[in-house]
Amino acid sequence: MLAYVLRRLLWSAASLWLMSLLVFAGVHAVGDPVALLISPQADQAEIARATALLGLDQPLWRQYLLFFRGALSGDLGLSFVASVPAIDLILERLPATLELALAAMLIAAGLGIPLGLYAGWRPRSFGARAVMVLSTLGFALPTFWVGLVLILVFAVQLGVLPSSGRGTTVDVAGIGWSLFTADGLRHLLLPALTLALFKLGLLIRLTRAGAREALAQDYIRLARAKGLAEAAVLRNHVLPNILIPVLTVAALEFGSLIAFAIVTETVFAWPGMGKLLIDSIGLLDRPVIVAYLLVTITLFIVINLIADLLHALLDPRVRLQAGR
Amino acid sequence: MKPRLPIVIAGLLLSAALQAAPAGAAELRIGLSGEVTSLDPHFLAAQPNLTVARHVFESLTDVDAQTRLIPGLAERWRAIDPLTWEFSLRRGVRFHDGSPLTAEDVAFSLARPLSIKGSPGGFAAFVRAVATTTVVDAHTIRVRTRYPYGALPEDLNSILIVSKKHAENAGPEDFDSGRALVGTGPYRFVRYQRGDRLELSRNELWWGKAAPWERVTLRVIPADPARTAALLAGELDVIEHVPSADINNINKNNRLRVVQTTSWRTILLHLDQYRAQPPGVTDGAGKPLAANPFMDLRVRRALSKAIHREAIAAKVMEGLALPAANVVSPGVFGHNPALQAEAHDPEGARKLLAEAGYPNGFRITLAGPNNRYINDEQVLQALAQMFARIGIQARVEAMPMSAFLGRVRKEETAVSLLGWGSFAADLAVRSLVAAPNADKGYGAWNWGRYANPKVDALMEQSLASVDRTRREALAREANTLAMQDLAFIPVHHQVVSWAMRANLGYAARTDEFTFAHHFAPR
Repeated sequence: MLAYVLRRLLWSAASLWLMSLLVFAGVHAVGDPVALLISPQADQAEIARATALLGLDQPLWRQYLLFFRGALSGDLGLSFVASVPAIDLILERLPATLELALAAMLIAAGLGIPLGLYAGWRPRSFGARAVMVLSTLGFALPTFWVGLVLILVFAVQLGVLPSSGRGTTVDVAGIGWSLFTADGLRHLLLPALTLALFKLGLLIRLTRAGAREALAQDYIRLARAKGLAEAAVLRNHVLPNILIPVLTVAALEFGSLIAFAIVTETVFAWPGMGKLLIDSIGLLDRPVIVAYLLVTITLFIVINLIADLLHALLDPRVRLQAGR
Repeated sequence: MKPRLPIVIAGLLLSAALQAAPAGAAELRIGLSGEVTSLDPHFLAAQPNLTVARHVFESLTDVDAQTRLIPGLAERWRAIDPLTWEFSLRRGVRFHDGSPLTAEDVAFSLARPLSIKGSPGGFAAFVRAVATTTVVDAHTIRVRTRYPYGALPEDLNSILIVSKKHAENAGPEDFDSGRALVGTGPYRFVRYQRGDRLELSRNELWWGKAAPWERVTLRVIPADPARTAALLAGELDVIEHVPSADINNINKNNRLRVVQTTSWRTILLHLDQYRAQPPGVTDGAGKPLAANPFMDLRVRRALSKAIHREAIAAKVMEGLALPAANVVSPGVFGHNPALQAEAHDPEGARKLLAEAGYPNGFRITLAGPNNRYINDEQVLQALAQMFARIGIQARVEAMPMSAFLGRVRKEETAVSLLGWGSFAADLAVRSLVAAPNADKGYGAWNWGRYANPKVDALMEQSLASVDRTRREALAREANTLAMQDLAFIPVHHQVVSWAMRANLGYAARTDEFTFAHHFAPR
């Protein structure tokens, strides 16, 4: 078990290093941040001065070496445009993205699992068909469009929910969260719903398929034969058996929720990491782009690792192996 | 009796609408379109940063809504001799902490932009001409320039005056936290949430006419649909840079109105005039041409005649453009109203091409951004179609500004679209038209490397004139000559739009800035 975790961590470090190399070269290939940042009135001397100040006059390999040396000591560099450590900018925005992803996952799991269970239990009913249509829509509709429609209906037409931004935050453990205020929740609802829709579709399908399979098994027939109520059959026999794969997928998908949040954050002007990334790409703010991707990959790695460990804990048949 | 469901629903909607009703006149909530990267007013000369900074800080000279110079923190200024300018500070001006503004603060502020660590800045060009500053007394400062320089008052408009006491040892975090954000401007710092909003309150000590808003919230919403939605939902009172597709709808909405003016931004095409074989320029079969066609004025004229500027303004730009014939927009210092936009004349253009030796035209690549100017990619597409009508096959390469500027820096483009705003025609000529010269700072954005000693001489004389009447005549002449020779091809001047609650008014600014203190109830 320990060997397995160590091996995974080693691979993670390698992929982080590779990613930083790719992003570094990629951003360099796109263009020159100085040309983009500099005031239109600037002359050649000023452009050269800014280029040297940002270290962009050095050959790419030396720029990378400098970055790499800093990164080893935990310094990912200063943002070109904000003169604040890139990692601070990201960590400052992390809670906003995390709470959005968390709320979306709660909505997706809280609605998706019961609806999927129902659709698997009574597959031919009208309700089940409606649930499946919802699931298809969740897959098919682009996030951008769903977000705009929700804004138009609930913010512009009905005026019941705010159209954008993050609500009032309260400090919990030194970090501002909007999950714990009424105003914060009002702001959170539409973006979280938008973000949840795709995962909702996924979880409905997974749960439904699992439930249908489980319901056809002998032990369910036995449970029914001994006179158990349907609710008890579903609760005690079907759900625990199908929950393992569903929860594993949900945990894995949490990472992609953080990544998917980029579009949602842009539509709702939600001040999270995704919006920061889009803005930074627009300005070619390389330190922030690199730091963002490194943080996101780290999150992915940690989440995957936790999901694997959880899976092993929940299902005694799974063994974590260091070899092979 | 059946319950009156529709009435119940209507009631619910009404109560919801009342809940979302705009706040009282004491507060103004503005949606800005660009990300603010730093609150330090000397860190980066980008419009979103300066928009925010100019609520808190002011400069020696100010410009009015038409970009004409007006007194700012300096009540008046004059050139004592061709090399020395004296600025007399307004009396009784105080910083937000109550301390008086002195010439020491001014001298400190003029020196500060060059001393900030890690700043991509862009401010150095504005103090390039400054040799020394001398504090004469608490309210008088003299600036000596390296060479006779008439545009110093314009340049100093870009340098905001900070409090020496608060800014001297302040780092970026001191500005972002508001500790060092102590200026003389109409608003003072309350709270900042990076990437989201800046909250301000009225500065009761301000020397100017008190602003009508006690509180101001500047929200950063770069996504166009989100900004419009927030206005429609009543969460914002004003938005800047209204997407062209939404303007009609907002105009039809009787709770809202749109205010517009011609922007200082000129959209133009730079043509490669320095390489024998410009990239992407070939004959109809894809073979290289014998010579660079753009070095021939007849070819440049033909391209200009091929452009149907009225059609672009009316259709592609949906009315948000004015056909251009000048380096600068109407009303800007040095604009020549006698210049008329080139008439659409494909016949004449074809004749000129034939005379120049290209009866069958040639091929070009037309490069430009797709996320910077209003409908920029559509403008490129329309230009390509218009060029095709005179036999010039243009392939459009539209890309994000970041990638486009990278291509330009690597000199991979021959026909490139650029948008430009300036306070004066001589300044625009210096950047866009003068032969590139790194030592003098000329032609930094003259991508086509057009070179005409006559235009350069006029621009130099103009900038060296401390007498404004003489200077404007020379600037106009430089502008006229550059345009008659088609140093670049002017396409249009953009129109800039703000949308706001119907009971608000704004003196729409040519320089595209959005200032809370210039909005008033009406």
